[in-house]
Amino acid sequence: MTTLIEATGVTKHFPVRTGGFLRRTITPLRAVENVGLRVETGETLGLVGESGCGKSTLGRLLIRLIPTTAGQVLFDGTDITTLGHRDLREARKSMQIIFQDPYGALNPRMTVEDIVMEPLFIHGAKRSAETRASVANMLSMVGLPSRALERFPHEFSGGQRQRIGIARALILRPRFVVCDEPVSALDVSVQAQIVNLLRDLQRELGLTYLFIAHDLAVVKHISDRVAVMYLGKIVEVAEKRELYATPLHPYTQALIAAVPVDHPSRRARGRAERQRLDGDIPSPMHPPSGCRFHTRCPHVMPICREQEPPVTEPTPGRNVACHLHS
Amino acid sequence: MSILEIRDLTTAFQTGSGQITAIENVNLDLAEGEILGVVGESGSGKSVTALTVMGLLPRPPARILSGTVRFGGEDLLRLSDSRMQRIRGPGIAMVFQEPMTSLNPVFPIGEQIMETIRAHENLSQKDVFARAVEMLEKVGIPSASTRMADYPHQLSGGQRQRVMIAIALACRPRVLIADEPTTALDVTIQAQILDLLMDLRDELGMAIMIITHNMGVIAETADRVAVMYAGRVVEEAPVARMFDGPLHPYTTGLLECVPSLADDRERLVAIPGTLPEPSRRPPGCRFAPRCSKVIAACRETLPPLESYGTDHRAACIRASEWAAA
Repeated sequence: MTTLIEATGVTKHFPVRTGGFLRRTITPLRAVENVGLRVETGETLGLVGESGCGKSTLGRLLIRLIPTTAGQVLFDGTDITTLGHRDLREARKSMQIIFQDPYGALNPRMTVEDIVMEPLFIHGAKRSAETRASVANMLSMVGLPSRALERFPHEFSGGQRQRIGIARALILRPRFVVCDEPVSALDVSVQAQIVNLLRDLQRELGLTYLFIAHDLAVVKHISDRVAVMYLGKIVEVAEKRELYATPLHPYTQALIAAVPVDHPSRRARGRAERQRLDGDIPSPMHPPSGCRFHTRCPHVMPICREQEPPVTEPTPGRNVACHLHS
Repeated sequence: MSILEIRDLTTAFQTGSGQITAIENVNLDLAEGEILGVVGESGSGKSVTALTVMGLLPRPPARILSGTVRFGGEDLLRLSDSRMQRIRGPGIAMVFQEPMTSLNPVFPIGEQIMETIRAHENLSQKDVFARAVEMLEKVGIPSASTRMADYPHQLSGGQRQRVMIAIALACRPRVLIADEPTTALDVTIQAQILDLLMDLRDELGMAIMIITHNMGVIAETADRVAVMYAGRVVEEAPVARMFDGPLHPYTTGLLECVPSLADDRERLVAIPGTLPEPSRRPPGCRFAPRCSKVIAACRETLPPLESYGTDHRAACIRASEWAAA
């Protein structure tokens, strides 16, 4: 397997103004801090974590939708963080994103045909019989009827709008697609349709996905490997079955234990096994020293408060950043 | 013994394009100390049911076309506003989905809890303060007496939801209605809040109606479950029976379409189509257009909720076939 995306030392700080009117200072919000990550060609890498952990920011950095503060991102061997305007535009054809909110992501004044065609225009195509045919073809691939072409977004349900968003992302035939919480705004009965569709399209078009979500069961279902993020850091990456069967990082363990049981008969066990994670995620403006998870970790040791744990490889292909495993 | 008894409840809304029926002939019972899960997707009518019970729907545009809501020997739908005001809080309290918008941003949280207590009980200022601190401690807010002065924006989402629960519990209600109490929260915080609700039920003996779209939340908490679809209750059963032998194809679909950590399926079993809009509900069974087991008769008459054995009810004309299988 070849590596499609290789990120090293990727960091993103957002400047945030704090303090009163007279003592205004700028404190960086450390959304993503020194992250290394590989995405292999043709795989789905799941990225999970709680809100505010930086998973969406990382997804956007990997396709340079926002600029990095430090670090590099190789896309098929080319560092996209330093590309000039023209080269970047060319590279963007290969990397696209599907957004969470199917209501906010589509221009309500444009017809579905124009929405899906717009990326082609941006990359120099003209409206022609050929582009129209490829839009119609794309719509049928995502399961929308051809009569959808002249309609407007408000005429569609949430699930259908997400299909439109997927069609727009795939019309340029990208190689890499960041799926940023693509099903979390949808009704549960519709989620499965979109998850199945994303898998089918991946096979047909040979896509590579970064699948960002907070729902661990959906991520397990769709991913080949899963990365777990906490407060701007990746704490563990593993093949999905390994990760869910034997999570190594205490945060991964707590996250999996917090998922509601799937049958009431497992309830008692679920509660006994649940390592209650007390407290909330600390502020990314003042992340804890050492290991960022040490304030909530049930296995915290003195070293955790002082030193940041190195990323180790306890078994081949598996990474964890925890002093328990270093 | 039911503490809350909803019978034949039908609520409609007046809109620019005519009257839309949000819920139809809803029957639900909540027993003392019981956790009833009400599960459904958007537009199923689960929140409208709760808001009707609470008397919180503005009328107009809402209109209650039929039904009774019995609580403590009274029909809540026929009470005066001031009488209903006195039931909300010590009788029935509600926790809303959005802890961000349900708290008043310009008052400290302690003040908001004390306001509720003062409205219902004649206590000295000192006792009111002590009760509010006790409630914050009960819901697990650390150093509660100093946090009383905090404003909502100083709290995290999970803490705000705890404050909402503290407000709801401040007058020791007999019934708590929790409308998607964990939907806006992360899983680790969701687990904390669900554990908290169950602890409070055990400790205070409250009955809880927990409204959710998440079957996992039901599996974790509920004693009994009612499934709603397009404004109607389509199935009702004790939680284990619902998971082991659902009698309505929609319930079966709901259980199958969500992936679980335990399964390793290649494909999810999706329910085709989408929920019908209230103005475009099909004649006959509301689920017929999406149902894999549909027969011609389904499209003709609306199936009533019928009993299959004790305490299992379903609204599907083929339910006896599934019960026998």
